[in-house]
Amino acid sequence: MRAFDAGWGGAVWKTIGEPITNVSSRYSSIDWNAQRMMGLNNIELISDRPIEVNLREITEVKRRYPKHAVIASLMVESKRETWHEIVKRAEGAGADGLELNFGCPHGMSERGMGSAVGQVPEYAQMITEWVKEAARTPVLVKLTPNISDIRVVARAAKRAKADGLSAINTINSITGIDLDTFEPRPNVDGKSSHGGYCGPAVKPIALNMVQQVNSDMVDGPPIPMSGIGGVSNWRDAAEFILMGCGTVQVCTAAMHYGYRIVEDMIDGLSNWMDEKGFVTIDDFRGKSLAKVTEWKHLNLNYRIVAQIDQALCIGCQLCHIACWDGAHQCIHLDRVTGPVDGHVEVHAKPREVGREQIVVTPIPKLDPPTVHVGPYPTTLERIPRVDETECVGCNLCSLVCPVDLCITMVERPTGLAPETWADRTSATVERAG
Amino acid sequence: MSEVESTFVGHPEVAARFPDLHPAFDARAAVIEANRCLNCFDAPCMGACPTHIDVPRFIKKIASGNVSGSAKTILEANVLGASCSRACPVEVLCEGSCVMHGKNEKPIEIGRLQRFAMETYYGAGGTVQLRDRKERRERVACIGAGPASLACAAELRQLGFQVTAFDRRALPGGLNTYGVAEYKLRAADSLREVAMVRGLGVEFENKEIDPTGLEDLEREFDAVFLGLGLGAMHRLAVDGAMSSCVIDALDFIAGYKTGTRLNVPPRVVVVGAGNTAIDAACAAKRLGAQSVTILYRRRRDNISAFQFEYDHAVREGVTFCWEALPKAFSTTGNGVALTCVAVSQDDAAIPVPVAGSEFTIECDAVIPAIGQSPLLELLSQARHVTLERGRVVIDRATGQTTNPRYFAGGDCVNGGREVVDAVADGKRAALGIAAWLSKRTEAHVG
Repeated sequence: MRAFDAGWGGAVWKTIGEPITNVSSRYSSIDWNAQRMMGLNNIELISDRPIEVNLREITEVKRRYPKHAVIASLMVESKRETWHEIVKRAEGAGADGLELNFGCPHGMSERGMGSAVGQVPEYAQMITEWVKEAARTPVLVKLTPNISDIRVVARAAKRAKADGLSAINTINSITGIDLDTFEPRPNVDGKSSHGGYCGPAVKPIALNMVQQVNSDMVDGPPIPMSGIGGVSNWRDAAEFILMGCGTVQVCTAAMHYGYRIVEDMIDGLSNWMDEKGFVTIDDFRGKSLAKVTEWKHLNLNYRIVAQIDQALCIGCQLCHIACWDGAHQCIHLDRVTGPVDGHVEVHAKPREVGREQIVVTPIPKLDPPTVHVGPYPTTLERIPRVDETECVGCNLCSLVCPVDLCITMVERPTGLAPETWADRTSATVERAG
Repeated sequence: MSEVESTFVGHPEVAARFPDLHPAFDARAAVIEANRCLNCFDAPCMGACPTHIDVPRFIKKIASGNVSGSAKTILEANVLGASCSRACPVEVLCEGSCVMHGKNEKPIEIGRLQRFAMETYYGAGGTVQLRDRKERRERVACIGAGPASLACAAELRQLGFQVTAFDRRALPGGLNTYGVAEYKLRAADSLREVAMVRGLGVEFENKEIDPTGLEDLEREFDAVFLGLGLGAMHRLAVDGAMSSCVIDALDFIAGYKTGTRLNVPPRVVVVGAGNTAIDAACAAKRLGAQSVTILYRRRRDNISAFQFEYDHAVREGVTFCWEALPKAFSTTGNGVALTCVAVSQDDAAIPVPVAGSEFTIECDAVIPAIGQSPLLELLSQARHVTLERGRVVIDRATGQTTNPRYFAGGDCVNGGREVVDAVADGKRAALGIAAWLSKRTEAHVG
């Protein structure tokens, strides 16, 4: 109810089933560069509170917030009657829809539930069919990413006439190990167990899986999708919607910062929509799906190269070392300041760091500050040079460059007509034929 | 000399009046700051450091939680890494060259990160470790036990040579112990570093080497390193008897740092506007002076103190009197009257007094801080060692003087610069001495 007061449109009530006993110490996380919780891992199971308590509270919430959507997330043992019963009870309590938790990757799966179901398309289809027999409200099937091809379970759900999907559930994970005790985290009395990974770190994986499912035409056109996986702000939400999602679900970010984050999610998204001239979500939903294709349909004759804006370069030379040690050795430190204006093509290996020259502390009165001369704020010899003939347009330098817009990738038209790998191989086949 | 550095305890009142100017990083803040570092390739900060500490390397070790590795990286380049992290004018060195300036961001706080690494390491009982190498028989004498000699001696020990450092003062460490403002570097911290160097096997002797002593040294030692710094401070050329109210700045600073001079009269005039003058003026203020005035014969933009030192003095409440020259003392009922004369610059090399412009400043103490004179008497006895304008002439790359057995570095060579410059000199000279001795030994054997 506090979430609804904060502005959230709906909630998925996770996860109702026969109450379980949880362990103490349940979460662990990955920090990155001093930022907390880039990824979160949990070994919590479903609700530890009785079914009737959860349902009574759903009724109470729906009474007070009739316009907000409450989806009951369900997980019970794989028996037709048991599923029929829980569906009826949840709907009787006032749930607006049902989400079948076929994704929980830890604990529940050992008991034949959660991802144990979601990893076997036949089981997923069977249980979804049972649910659909009893359900009067929309049924979403929540997909697990812990499977080699997420589309097979999505197809099973489609065959079972599910009303929609939600993806992704958490990813199997061990976040780290305490290097003093050798115990992985989270620590439950000296031992740990794999958990489910979520948070900002998983967003790229989720976006890919959502795209795969939403572009899949096998067993019928895509059905509605609720996007999940590292959604932390309006930009993430916009991305999932562009990949075809009708709604997004947020958990880790709200656990990290509280329900208040929805304010900027709403504000940021509507400002962006205004800027783009979108009135409803449907104006841009799925817009990026057409822009994802298989690799074989990419234009092999498109060429870009890195361009360094010398006026912005601060001389950190990260592009140079990244290109040398991690890419195509085409960014050089071979420029000299002085009579030779411009670069000298020496193509030397990066020199070893270490300096022989004698440097002293400048004293203001004795050592007037060295006046920098040159066309750019950084001295010419510190500004790397891109050898365009060798640059393959990989983007790495522009990714490592710490200055916005300093390295851009610019097109160098090849003058060749677009040609894809598919074109090329079919042409070969034709010739061979 | 006993291991005096382990028994020295700073005076509690000094500790109270001279708390750290820059607060230390706590572990979390250090990691956050370390993560800001871009990890430049061929980093300019490393180039700007006279001892060429591999800055990105030690910073990224802090980020990864490898603090002892970080401290060892620093020590590899600079055995006085702890004191340099506190005493270095980083604004004009590493931090001044940080590429962050180029994107209008605060430079990485390299000095504070270095201090974090060093203090965490030493705080956990870490020491400077001896490299795996063979002991050598050749003996080297270091005259003076300040930063230049400490760096030279430590490096020589790392190369296997036998080293004795001689110093005329009770406590080794030179100006690191006696001369750096306490809110930057505590005497106790300097002495901890001395203990590290002693731990490497350097012998310390509390002995003033007089001109005749040099001959003995030459007999006993294969090479001599002159790291003796500068001599007494210049005296004021002022009419009137040398007043008992006059205390030279270095004596004043050494006095409070060792806890022997804790009282300062209410009105103090400091003459000169270098970094030592600022240190003395700020110290006088912290020790209780009500008014501290810095008297300088030139203008504001001619001072030799760093900008940040000037700013600091202003914040401490020190006032400045520009373009004025002290002329005469006279004793008054309470204190002294310092007669000054205004000078005109007119782009002349030497400011010219303006006739009739005399004025008087009433004060209780005068602290001249107008530079130190070279130790000419001793230096002139070092045979065949050439001096130029009172400074020892060396080959910059090896520290070798015109007498091949003598090497030199630090203030006696550069006329008075920073700790880090002395360390760089000392280390270069150690390598120079090692190369020279090895060559000589080979020649003998051959």
